[in-house]
Amino acid sequence: MNRLHLVFARPWIWSFIAAVIVWFATVLVTGGAGALGLSHAALTFAAFSVIVGLGQMFVITLGPGNIDLSVPATMTLAGTVALKLMDVQDGMIIAGLVIAILLGIAIGIGNYALIKLLRIPPIIATLSMSFIVQSTAIWANRGLRIKPPDMLASFTTSSFLGIPNIAIVAVLLSLAAWVLLERTIYGRWISAIGQSIFAARMTGIPVDGTRLVTYTLCAVLAAVCGYLLASFSGGAALNMGAEYLLMSIAVVVIGGTAVAGGDSNIPGIWGASLFMFLVVSMLNTYGFGAGVRLILTGLIILAVILAAGGRKVVR
Amino acid sequence: MRISAETFRQIIPAVSLVLLLGAVFYMQPRAMSYTGLNLLFNLAVPIALATVAQMLIMSVNDLDLSMGTFVSFSACVAATYLQSAPLIGVAILLAAIAVYATIGMLIHMRELPSIVVTLGMSFVWGGLAVLMLPQPGGQAPGWARWLMTAKPPLVPLAIVASVVIAVVTHLIVSRSSFGVLVRGIGGNTRSVARAGWSVLGLRAATYALAGFFAILSGIALVGLTTSADANIALRYTLLSIAGVILGGGEFVGGRVSPVGAVIGALTLTLAGSFLSFMRISPDWQIGAQGAILIIVLGLRLAFNLFEKRRRTR
Repeated sequence: MNRLHLVFARPWIWSFIAAVIVWFATVLVTGGAGALGLSHAALTFAAFSVIVGLGQMFVITLGPGNIDLSVPATMTLAGTVALKLMDVQDGMIIAGLVIAILLGIAIGIGNYALIKLLRIPPIIATLSMSFIVQSTAIWANRGLRIKPPDMLASFTTSSFLGIPNIAIVAVLLSLAAWVLLERTIYGRWISAIGQSIFAARMTGIPVDGTRLVTYTLCAVLAAVCGYLLASFSGGAALNMGAEYLLMSIAVVVIGGTAVAGGDSNIPGIWGASLFMFLVVSMLNTYGFGAGVRLILTGLIILAVILAAGGRKVVR
Repeated sequence: MRISAETFRQIIPAVSLVLLLGAVFYMQPRAMSYTGLNLLFNLAVPIALATVAQMLIMSVNDLDLSMGTFVSFSACVAATYLQSAPLIGVAILLAAIAVYATIGMLIHMRELPSIVVTLGMSFVWGGLAVLMLPQPGGQAPGWARWLMTAKPPLVPLAIVASVVIAVVTHLIVSRSSFGVLVRGIGGNTRSVARAGWSVLGLRAATYALAGFFAILSGIALVGLTTSADANIALRYTLLSIAGVILGGGEFVGGRVSPVGAVIGALTLTLAGSFLSFMRISPDWQIGAQGAILIIVLGLRLAFNLFEKRRRTR
C-alpha cells in the first residue's frame, strides 16, 4: 500500500495514466482493430516529441524564464542542410548527422551569446535567433525537395522487434539524458541553478558555463530531431518544425517537470508525448471536425494539468 | 539635470522608435506625410492593444501564450455575430472575458503554471474560431470599419489611437490604486495578501481587463482588414511579448510600462515597414526582423551601460 502510494506521488504517473486511458478509449471504438498500428504510430511520433522535449526540459530546469523558442527553426535548418549535404548518397549519412549537430552547436552558442552579452531574457533572445535561423533555412531550401538517402530513410521508417527504430533512438537518448541529469555533476549543477541561481553562484558552480552547455544541448537535440524527422518524412519542409514549438513545451510541463525550474522529470516526457499523440488520434477516430478536435485537445490538456495539480510550493 | 533610472527606462524605447522612424524617413521621404504615417502605423493599433493585454498578464508574473489565438477568436466573433446579431456577439465576448477571469483565478488557486494553462486555452480559442469561420470570411461591423478608417484632422488615426491607448492604460496601470495593487502582486504577492487585499479577486480583475483589451484588439483588426479568418492573429502571441520587453517591461517583478508597451508595439510594426523599404529579399525578411530586435535591445544595453558609467563617476 505504501509502495503504491509512493508511485502515485510521482508527478510523471499522471501523464502515463492519461495516455493509457486515451489509448483504451481509442481502441474500444475501433473494436480492438488497429490496436497494434495505433501503438506503433504513437511510439514513432511520440519519439520525435521526446527528443525535442528532452532538450527543452534541460533548459526549463535552469529556472524561471528559461525557454528555447528556436527549436522549430533549428529543426528546419538542420533537416534542410543535412539533406542537401547528403544529396541522396548513403555514404554521406554520417556527414549529414555531423553537420546537423554542428549547426545545433552553433545555434546553441548563438542563443546563449545573445542572452549573456545583450542581457536579454531567453524567450526574446531565442525568438530573435529563431527568426534568423528560419530565414537561413528558407534561403538554404531553395530548389527542389531533396530526398533522404535510401538507407537512412528505411532506417527511420522501419522497426526492430516490432519497435520503431526512431523510438529506440529516443529511448537511448532518454537514458543518456537520465544519466546526465541524475548521475553527473552537470545534472546536479543545472538543478541547483534552477532552484536558486544566486545560491548556485555562491557555492562556486560555473553558472555561465553550465547554462551555455544546456542551451547548446537543447539546440543539438532539436537539430538531431530535425535530421531524423526530415529523413522519416521523405524530405525537409519549411514548416516541419512548426508544431514542435508548443509540443516541446507541453510535453515537458505535462510530464511533471517544474516550470519554476530545478526539478526535472524524464519518464514524464514519454508519458506526455504518447498522450499528446494519442489524444489527436482518438479525436480523429471519433470523426470530429477540426474545430471540435482543437477545443477537445485544449480541454483535455487543461483537465490533465488540473488533475495532476499544481505542486504545493514549500516556503 | 539628473535623470532617474526609472525615467531612463522609459526614454530608451522612445529613442529606439525615433531612430527607426528617422531611418525610414531618410530612405523614403514621402513617408513623412499624413497618408505615409497612416500606412506605416495602420496595423499598429491592434498590435498595441494586444501588447497592452499581454503586459497586464505579465504584470502579475504570468505569461499568456494564447494571446494570438484569442485575438483571432475575437476577430472572428466581431466579423460574424457582432456584425449580424450584435446582442449575441456582445454576450459571447462577455462570456470570453468571464473565462479569462476564471483562468486567472484557477492559476492562482491551484498554483498552476500560466504558460501551460494558456497553452491549453490556445487550442480551445483556436477551435472555437475554426468553428465560427472554417474559411476566411465574415464582415466587419460598420462602426468598427468606420472607426478604423476615420481620418481625424492633422494627425492620422493610428497615431491618435496609439496615444489614447497609451494614456488610458497609463492611468489604469501606473496611476490608479488598482494598478498599484496589480503591480504589487507581481512584486510581492504575499505582502499584498498580508495587507488585507484579495489576491484572487485582483488577479481575476487583471485577467478580465487583459481579455477586454485583447477583444478590442480583435475588433480593431477586423475594422482594418474588413474580414477575418481563424488564423488571422497567430503572430500576436510572440509580437505582444516582444513588444512588452522592447518597451522596457520585465517578465517578473511587476515592472511594466504601459507607455513603453505601446511604443514597443509601434517599433515592431515599423520594423516591418522598414524592411520593405530596404527592398530586402523576401527570404531574409523574417531574419532581418530578428536582427532589428537584437539591435534595438543592444542599443538599450549600450544606453544602460553609459548611464551606469555616468552615475558612478
